[in-house]
Amino acid sequence: MSMEFLVATGIGALTAAGLYLILLRRTFPVVIGLSFLSYAVNVFLFTMGRLTIDLPPIVDKAAPGYTDPLPQALVLTAIVITFGMTALIVVLSLRAFLETGADDVTLVVPADEEVAGQASDEASS
Amino acid sequence: MTTAWLIAPVAVPAMTAAILVLALRHSLNGQRIVSIAATAFQLAVAIGLYGLAGDGEPRAYLLGNWPAPFGIVLVLDRLTATMLLLAGVLAFGVVLAALGKWDRRGRHFHALFQFQLLGINGAFLTGDLFNLFVFFEVLLIASYGLMLHGGGAARLKAGFHYVAINLIGSTVFLFAVGLIYATTGTLNMADLALKMPQVATSDQALLAAGALLLLTVFAIKSAMVPLHWWLPPTYGSTSPPAAALFAIMTKVGAYSIIRVYTLIFGADAGALAGIAAPWILPAGVLTLVLGTVGVLANRSMVDLVCYSLIASMGTLLIAIGLASADGLAAALYYAVQSTIVSAALFLLAGVLKQDAEGRAPLLAPLPQPAFLLALFYFLLAIAMVGMPPLAGFIGKLLILEAGREAAQTAVVWTAILVTSLLLIVGFARTGIRIFWTATPPAKGELPPTAPVVPTLVVGGMIAAVAGLSLFAGPVMDDMTAVAEQLLSPQRYTATVLESHAPPGPVGD
Repeated sequence: MSMEFLVATGIGALTAAGLYLILLRRTFPVVIGLSFLSYAVNVFLFTMGRLTIDLPPIVDKAAPGYTDPLPQALVLTAIVITFGMTALIVVLSLRAFLETGADDVTLVVPADEEVAGQASDEASS
Repeated sequence: MTTAWLIAPVAVPAMTAAILVLALRHSLNGQRIVSIAATAFQLAVAIGLYGLAGDGEPRAYLLGNWPAPFGIVLVLDRLTATMLLLAGVLAFGVVLAALGKWDRRGRHFHALFQFQLLGINGAFLTGDLFNLFVFFEVLLIASYGLMLHGGGAARLKAGFHYVAINLIGSTVFLFAVGLIYATTGTLNMADLALKMPQVATSDQALLAAGALLLLTVFAIKSAMVPLHWWLPPTYGSTSPPAAALFAIMTKVGAYSIIRVYTLIFGADAGALAGIAAPWILPAGVLTLVLGTVGVLANRSMVDLVCYSLIASMGTLLIAIGLASADGLAAALYYAVQSTIVSAALFLLAGVLKQDAEGRAPLLAPLPQPAFLLALFYFLLAIAMVGMPPLAGFIGKLLILEAGREAAQTAVVWTAILVTSLLLIVGFARTGIRIFWTATPPAKGELPPTAPVVPTLVVGGMIAAVAGLSLFAGPVMDDMTAVAEQLLSPQRYTATVLESHAPPGPVGD
């Protein structure tokens, strides 16, 4: 089996797992799913410079060629950004869980606020 | 003004935000003064840059003096200057309207506000696809903070959806960027435009996939149906000034569509020329129709404004989808006026306490001066639905006119004209509910007074829209020049790729 096939299958499996988890209705699997998707895209970006072995990422007269360093720089940026975003969404889901007592992703407003909401809805109808 | 000023719309908010967080974190009044001064300065710079771009010559600023396509460039052309000016005007109004009530709800409002401006200005200026991704992220992470500012359970719930959909959007953006880099070997937009006809036939399917994935990302940003559903809960549950500023974020999506699909996938792109146009126009019609249905079904004024924003994005996307010079010029005119009008409507909803957070019932006593507020609502509704004499009417008329030569005239005209009528019904119904069925204040109680500054800002924005209507001729001349510059991008690519760094002090 070639390296391309293995890497491509890995990216596919990560993406599929990520998509499945995102569609669940609890915040925890959604966050894990988003992480899977970001891992998939990081590997994907990396392979966009083509898979090569034993080549330096800079032009070296002694080496027979070089691997493209730019995708590696892009991956580094993408990792930093998605890491920050994942941290944010983890904090956000924790706060939502602590304030509402449920880790559901639906937009249902919890009981005490619902009373106020219904009051205004009734008034408007 | 020289080319060096191109960095100012990015550098000024970045520095200001850092100062606000580090030096002024305990002084709200200090934060306000610095934030207003910085926003006013950015507005002045935007006016200057608009004048600079007025000669029709694109200008490139090489970051770190690395020549394109190896380094990142900021590019100023007429379109960028127009969007920067719009962002500057809107930001100045919103920062004033946020004073007093809203910026006290939580900490760091002004710092987040400046970071948001950094992202918006950067996205308009950058000439590099990956850098566009980075500025999108800056803009988004600041918007998460602004959206959640003040907290509350409903806001947290809607915030989770907003963050999740945008994280998925960022992932798709990276997939698209990866595909485009793999097939062309560059991410500089001007360089991409030149490389596009040379892409090998075997790679064109991959590149097309990348191009359309990119359209998906911009569709999320610009609330294009079926990717619009995140907008009403998000904008509806955040504070009115934040929602008013967010009115320009959908236009960042529209700007990106215009930029990428005229410059990179424009007429000279060989096999992939005009790849997005067959998708944008039908999606625009659907967006307009569903936005209108939302307007008719609204339960609160904030709902009404959110869905009318979606409907206006539909109209805008239809004009972009026409893919002609007239269509683009009309789209830009419409975009400018609809941004200001929807921002003013969000602020007015806050003044009338019809926001999700205040949960003021629709039948509460109206704040005074009720007559003035009703007049403002009336004028903004006229502008939003597109009735004469305000700019919304002129914008829609121009779009209809531009659609006359298109192949889909019947669809475009029917969609715009029928939805306009339904929008009138929706706005009239909500207006009646708010202003004519309000209960008088209880005996011996004084009616609440409207906050002065936000009311004045709404008035100022209405004056700006009136100005756009009065000077529609000169404004349209400018917009036509923008569209012509967009449709002949040779000057743009030449400027970017032939810009040479001035000799620096080091190494000479």
